[in-house]
Amino acid sequence: MGQTLFDRVWESHLVQRAEGQPELLYVDLHLVHEVTSPQAFEGLRVAGRRVRRPDLTLATMDHNVVTGDDTPMDELSAQQLEALAQNCAEFGVPLYETGSGREGIVHVIGPELGLTQPGMTIVCGDSHTSTHGAFGALAFGIGTSEVEHVLATQTLQQNKPRSMRIYFEGELPEGVTAKDIVLAAIGRLGVDGGVGYVIEYAGPVIEQLSMEGRLTICNMSIEAGARAGMIAPDETTFAYLEGRPGAPKGAAWEQALERWRTLPTDDDAVFDQELVIDVSGLGSQVTWGTNPGMVVPIDGVVPDPASMEDADERAATERALAYMALEPGTPIRDIEVGRVFIGSCTNSRIEDLRAAAAVVRGHHVHPSVRAMVVPGSAQVKQQAEAEGLDRIFVDAGFEWRRAGCSMCLGMNPDVLAPGERCASTSNRNFEGRQGAGGRTHLVSPAVAAATAIAGHFADARELVPA
Amino acid sequence: MKAFRKVTSHALALDRPDVDTDQIIPKQFLKRIERSGFGEFLFFDWRKDPGFELNRPEAKGAQILVAGRNFGCGSSREHAPWALQDYGFEAVIAPSFGDIFRQNSLKIGLLPVRLPSEQVKELMTRADAGDEITVDLEARTAGGFPFELDDFTRECLLEGLDDIALTLRDEPSLTAYESAHAAPIATNAL
Repeated sequence: MGQTLFDRVWESHLVQRAEGQPELLYVDLHLVHEVTSPQAFEGLRVAGRRVRRPDLTLATMDHNVVTGDDTPMDELSAQQLEALAQNCAEFGVPLYETGSGREGIVHVIGPELGLTQPGMTIVCGDSHTSTHGAFGALAFGIGTSEVEHVLATQTLQQNKPRSMRIYFEGELPEGVTAKDIVLAAIGRLGVDGGVGYVIEYAGPVIEQLSMEGRLTICNMSIEAGARAGMIAPDETTFAYLEGRPGAPKGAAWEQALERWRTLPTDDDAVFDQELVIDVSGLGSQVTWGTNPGMVVPIDGVVPDPASMEDADERAATERALAYMALEPGTPIRDIEVGRVFIGSCTNSRIEDLRAAAAVVRGHHVHPSVRAMVVPGSAQVKQQAEAEGLDRIFVDAGFEWRRAGCSMCLGMNPDVLAPGERCASTSNRNFEGRQGAGGRTHLVSPAVAAATAIAGHFADARELVPA
Repeated sequence: MKAFRKVTSHALALDRPDVDTDQIIPKQFLKRIERSGFGEFLFFDWRKDPGFELNRPEAKGAQILVAGRNFGCGSSREHAPWALQDYGFEAVIAPSFGDIFRQNSLKIGLLPVRLPSEQVKELMTRADAGDEITVDLEARTAGGFPFELDDFTRECLLEGLDDIALTLRDEPSLTAYESAHAAPIATNAL
């Protein structure tokens, strides 16, 4: 029987396998940020341990950083960032701190530095580590105890998850994006449909996506409950990687290519579960509720709990609608928003900003909307400015801010006020995620941009040409 | 890690699915650099509702939480199990858990117990009636229902073992792996 991409990466990283206990998996890249690491470094200090492989570890500052000059950083955030800087200095871990020019959201800088490569194992104390699977890496989020374990041993004790393949076929309609594909898939699977699985995304639709699109898809694997998402590396992957600072060079590049080409899943490999999704009729997606599986097409309406047979689903829907202050049957396009956020590890890469700018060009943000664009990294910001995207956004009335996690999780001054409604390109619409009492609707960058201009959910097709 | 052997206590039922870690411990409390003291912020926003389950007088002192499916989904924040444990919970029983939450809980000695939905529903009924429930890791039972947990993890929990020390005991395997596999990257040479 053939092997899957996941099998190959897993098997090639086994340090130890013994009956009746989890397997010991070697970690090729450990990404670190300020929020989930301080207690892990403290644990090392208390036990008198060192970081085993600082050369396979990289830290950056992203969750707490301020993205503008309008609000100062709070004292606790400053302390947490200072703790990271001190820990990195003490334990010899390379750090891209704010202002270094290489800082940014941890899942944006890994790929852009060329550190995220096919066939690697990558972990980080952050659930959206699944993002890096877009390169054919096995990448997943861990908690602080496991962060400490990786720092000390460069390994993790893990039971091998089951495997699932989602095969996307059909013709993707104009204006429908990777974000819409993954939101629709989560809607189909449910927010726990992927629990215990590593998902491989495959099929012609995935093969045609750019790396940015693939990163968006893998990023949201965790929103279906899956630990990781993976996409087979191909020429698109290699073209993205070639020449980046962390990528192999010269003869090593040729050797790496040879190795990477052997990674994709064999034709006769068997998955524990398979799902086929035809994207031909897919529309832009908008979430209406308080988890990412509560999603409908932009042409749809807010669902009616009274029509639901399952009592748990009905109760959850009623709760969600009460929190979101929405009435069943309301057309999605009629819902007005006060805020728009374009950013996060899901959608803050150069292609996302280009897509949003293409919609925005020549228009102006609706007078009742406050809209912001937060590039995923200092390098994305620099590139966008070189392309003049910042001018398009600023001229249209968007705020153009510095790199960081920003309003995706509101650990910094970028938050929603209670009751504010936001069209957001981020990944989670949980209660209070973007600020206590805030109401989040997840959308693609193109829909976020059109919504900022229209003042209600809209896609680019309905904007009056400027 | 805190050892777990057996706990007998009245239980708190939280009968809703997909409770995410953002609800268990909201983001504003993740800025602390200590491991302790998160209990007072457990379910911070939901507790503002006087009718919330945790605010009921009978919830006081409960050491077992009985929850709906996919408990602890979302963010990887270990602060969520820290908050539950710091508040006084020793075990959480649910039909399923978010993978990372479950793993984090096992690492700190907060026992996540998976049982079929109908058994969880029955335990919720018993919790609401004020009955005591016993979770016994040695016997691998919760409220009399058998549950599964691999031998190794069970042993680590029973003894409160330091899993880093366990891994480092296997230094020859680590060194052998590292000499056989050239690192694909070097973060200090960019």
